[in-house]
Amino acid sequence: MEVTKLLAIALGAILTNNFIFAQFLGICPFLGVSKKSDTAIGMGIAVTFVMGIASAVTFAINKYFLVKETSVLGVDLKFMQTVAFILVIAALVQFIEMFLKKSMPSLYTALGIYLPLITTNCAVLGVALLNVQNGYNFIESVVYGITGGLGFLLAIYLFSTVRERIEFSDYPKSFEGFPIALITSGLLALAFMGFSGLEVWH
Amino acid sequence: MNIGKQFKEGLITNNPVTVQLLGMCSTMAITTKMSNGVGMGLSVLIILTLSNIIIALLRKIIPDEVRIACFIVVIAGFVTMVDLSLQAFFPDIAASLGVFIPLIVVNCIILGRAEAFASKNSIGASAVDGVAQGLGYTLVLVILCAFREIFGSGTFSGHQIMPSGYVPAGILTMPVGGFLCLGALIAAMQWALGKSKAKAEEKGKEAAE
Repeated sequence: MEVTKLLAIALGAILTNNFIFAQFLGICPFLGVSKKSDTAIGMGIAVTFVMGIASAVTFAINKYFLVKETSVLGVDLKFMQTVAFILVIAALVQFIEMFLKKSMPSLYTALGIYLPLITTNCAVLGVALLNVQNGYNFIESVVYGITGGLGFLLAIYLFSTVRERIEFSDYPKSFEGFPIALITSGLLALAFMGFSGLEVWH
Repeated sequence: MNIGKQFKEGLITNNPVTVQLLGMCSTMAITTKMSNGVGMGLSVLIILTLSNIIIALLRKIIPDEVRIACFIVVIAGFVTMVDLSLQAFFPDIAASLGVFIPLIVVNCIILGRAEAFASKNSIGASAVDGVAQGLGYTLVLVILCAFREIFGSGTFSGHQIMPSGYVPAGILTMPVGGFLCLGALIAAMQWALGKSKAKAEEKGKEAAE
């Protein structure tokens, strides 16, 4: 029972409720770092990592500090949710940035400005808030975070491969840059809509 | 300080969504109903103006190294206030905007304006910038909402306006519609701006001759 629920969450996060194509979370890095497929993969992995850890940490913060019933402080701090979560995420990203700079300098330079910007990636804060909203327990939260990140990885990789080809094709001049990228992702979203008929464990 | 110029920039020539390309997530996600668009636009306008004022006020105190963290704390504070007020006074709008209200914290428009404008300019100018940019954002949301709601579900802020024989193009209210409409809107904007630029250049040439 437990396993099927986790599988349903995972499949939902990767395909039917993809963070990019169905929920519009994390569009900025999706459009910004998708010009080359290898940087796109690096970004996808970094986001997956941050989303997984952020889900775990924010779950603990929410349970032990913010919700009154289980809090060690004994006060209701639920209204501080947004502030607390964003601070945790900012600290996490800073930590990952230092780690990458030391151990993987090539990926660090390739991600450039977009690495600190993971802080303001709505997918990361979004997953933390959605975990609370959906009432997931610890394991479900982490699974949702990681598979949500994998869904992002899948989306950004597919999109970057298409985008590498767009460079060499003809389109109206006013569509140059972002508009053609948006139209392309619209078509990809259309393809992902096909998964919404997927009902395996219901 | 030139208020007229700031408004023109916020609404058209330096519009946060169509020119600076900030805040795309919320723009595409919530523009399926008119009430959503207006609610979201005004929330962002209020938060942007207030956080611009506070950040401009503190710009000389905040150390440079930790400025982003400071900005985010200021913004998160205002977002929480607006979130709670919406839940208290407009529960319908709060419910239909859902997670996108707390996500205003990470809306790049607010952090972008704090970094690019409020941290370098006076309080008055920053307040005007907040209102102008907020209006520009609201304008884009309203245009997209109007288009997607009228053609996608045949209604306008909940009232049926299309003739009864009209079959709504449901695809417009789906995620796909968001991508396509925003793409087309930005393309139209680039076309119009390119055209007016070419015109200005031509005029300049004529004057030189």
